[in-house]
Amino acid sequence: MGQTIIDTANHIAGYAARAARVKVVAAYPITPQTTIVEKIAEFVENREMDAEYIRVESEHSAMVACIGAAATGVRTFTATSAHGLALMHEALHWAAGSRLPIVMAVVNRAMGAPWSIWPDLSDSLSQRDTGWIQFYCADNQEVFDTIIQAYKLCEDERVFLPAMVCLEGFILSHTYTPAKIPDQEKIDAYLPAYKSGWTLDVDRPCSHANLVSPEWYMEFRYMIQEAMDNAKRLIPQIDKEYGKRFGSEYGGLVEKYKCEDADLIMVTMGTMGSDAKLAVDKLRKEGQKVGSARVRVYRPFPVEEIMKLAENTHILATIDRHISFGMEGFLASETKASLFNQKDRPLIAGFIAGLGGRDVTSETIEKVAKKSLKCMKEGKVEKETEWVDLRE
Amino acid sequence: MVTVKELPKEEYLLKGHAACAGCGPAISLRLLFKALGNKIIMVVPACCTTVIQGPYPYTSSAVPLQNILFESTGAAASGITAALRQRKLEDITVVGWAGDGGTVDIGIQALSGAAERGTNFIYVCYDNEAYGNTGMQRSGATPYGAWTTTTPSGKRERKKDMPLIMAAHRIPYVATACTSYPMDFVNKLRKAKGIKGTKYIHLLAPCPTGWRYDTSKTVELGRLAVQTGMWVLYEIEDGKFRLNSPSDRLVDKSKRKPIKEYFGLQGRFRGLSEEDVERIRKWLDEDWEHYRKLAGNSVSDQALYGKI
Repeated sequence: MGQTIIDTANHIAGYAARAARVKVVAAYPITPQTTIVEKIAEFVENREMDAEYIRVESEHSAMVACIGAAATGVRTFTATSAHGLALMHEALHWAAGSRLPIVMAVVNRAMGAPWSIWPDLSDSLSQRDTGWIQFYCADNQEVFDTIIQAYKLCEDERVFLPAMVCLEGFILSHTYTPAKIPDQEKIDAYLPAYKSGWTLDVDRPCSHANLVSPEWYMEFRYMIQEAMDNAKRLIPQIDKEYGKRFGSEYGGLVEKYKCEDADLIMVTMGTMGSDAKLAVDKLRKEGQKVGSARVRVYRPFPVEEIMKLAENTHILATIDRHISFGMEGFLASETKASLFNQKDRPLIAGFIAGLGGRDVTSETIEKVAKKSLKCMKEGKVEKETEWVDLRE
Repeated sequence: MVTVKELPKEEYLLKGHAACAGCGPAISLRLLFKALGNKIIMVVPACCTTVIQGPYPYTSSAVPLQNILFESTGAAASGITAALRQRKLEDITVVGWAGDGGTVDIGIQALSGAAERGTNFIYVCYDNEAYGNTGMQRSGATPYGAWTTTTPSGKRERKKDMPLIMAAHRIPYVATACTSYPMDFVNKLRKAKGIKGTKYIHLLAPCPTGWRYDTSKTVELGRLAVQTGMWVLYEIEDGKFRLNSPSDRLVDKSKRKPIKEYFGLQGRFRGLSEEDVERIRKWLDEDWEHYRKLAGNSVSDQALYGKI
């Protein structure tokens, strides 16, 4: 049965850490993440959670403390945003390279300078190549469900990688909506106690992460790539099984909405996916065959799903809440890269929107859709990347 | 007090390790294992021991060892001790083993955080007074006047006083040690093992490669460092400062050997001018006056009148 609560995505992330019976939490404050670790502090101090809570002196130390704890064989959790995540960067590589299934909530926030506390995805997308699995959520319920699913996935011996569960600051982090919290026994049955792949063990002494010569290094990297491929296979299965048990399903790697017969598919990530659905409904009423594909898992990137989507459509419009300066948004680049070897590939129009918290509504997405439909009719995309709602 | 005869025969620093000939840190690491036994978890950041332990798939450590990022020994230890507490394995001792760069420079934040949080572990800084692993660059622990590859004409600043910085964290145990006084080091480790909370030991570990002296003279160099008063053996237990032997007999500066004996054996001090030496002498007197005050009159009087 569980219970339905009305709370912010940040607090709900805290509920998820509690439900996952996390044993060590390392925490450092940063807006807009802070209320996650505040909620967890409350749970630990009133003994609703049997966990060690390490109040570290930086995000770098937060990640390293999680690495130390996970290496000692317990389930770990932390959360951060923007500059905190950037400070962790080095340790993110170390966590993935050490094959430790740490789960971290990333409350997306734009990077400075100049200072911004509002959302875009440039913080987590900049961590693309660290070997972390990356999930992007569209609502508060999905934040809870994805954190639980992330432990299930990361602790699978075919994966043993860490994961970020990303949610946009303020749009989700501080917004109250209802969410279902399943009964603890059901979560326990779904997510048994953590069984580590390796630990610092006095009875089986070993040096971990010591120097590796060129003779071996590449194989260790290849194993991470294999683990990512395994994750790509497992995520849809995990999502389906979770849906059967708890009632919510998100389409695995990509949440598709009215894509079957669509001439135009809007490709988005995060909360834009929800606004895209509204825009699709409106445009469908006007007779336009439009669909929405929300990339829920960015690493591993759902290449095959993108290829399938592209088979029967004329144009894809990617909307990035991110810019790789000097190029375009990552979602645009990677969508294009996924389709390069495909026959009869569709046109792809790239849009940049919502940086630093600039509002993106269903109307914004409608506008993008109409521009893309025009490209479709003309049979060409003249501007590779268009910035939406930019001041003149 | 443990004597040399009571040290265990077991070796946990295995043969074939990759330390330089005459490496002070390697001598002391072997003793650390003997002092603490094999129910320990080592946390090692980037430092000479990254190389000394040997490359994958080999290791010269017979105890579990976690290699970790340069600046993060304290944080890793906090994570490990938290997990051990959750797993009810608190009889395992967690040991941070880091060089001077990884301690007094890049690692000071994580170490300070761990100490402030009261992380239950022993942290040993093995100090060879420069970044040895990268080929001898200046660190915050390099002494005034010393040649390094980034101070070719000698460092112009003084050595950072890390043990007293750690003492300012009000942790239960701070001590200094030196490779050349093995039983002093062993007994300090044994004592630290029995204390709950953060324990910090700052070990001066002579380095023939970086200090530019003959590899047979490591023990002699460490002794000279102490006998000249350039390095001081002491411990601070629950805030109480105590000079240890033989430093406790050197409060009277006439008992100390001339510092030039220490400098003369090392190529790194070749560039010292008479003015430099005079400046160092003056600082040394000031430092010793500070230690005398910390130790309190009773201890220094004993030392002065040779009653110990």
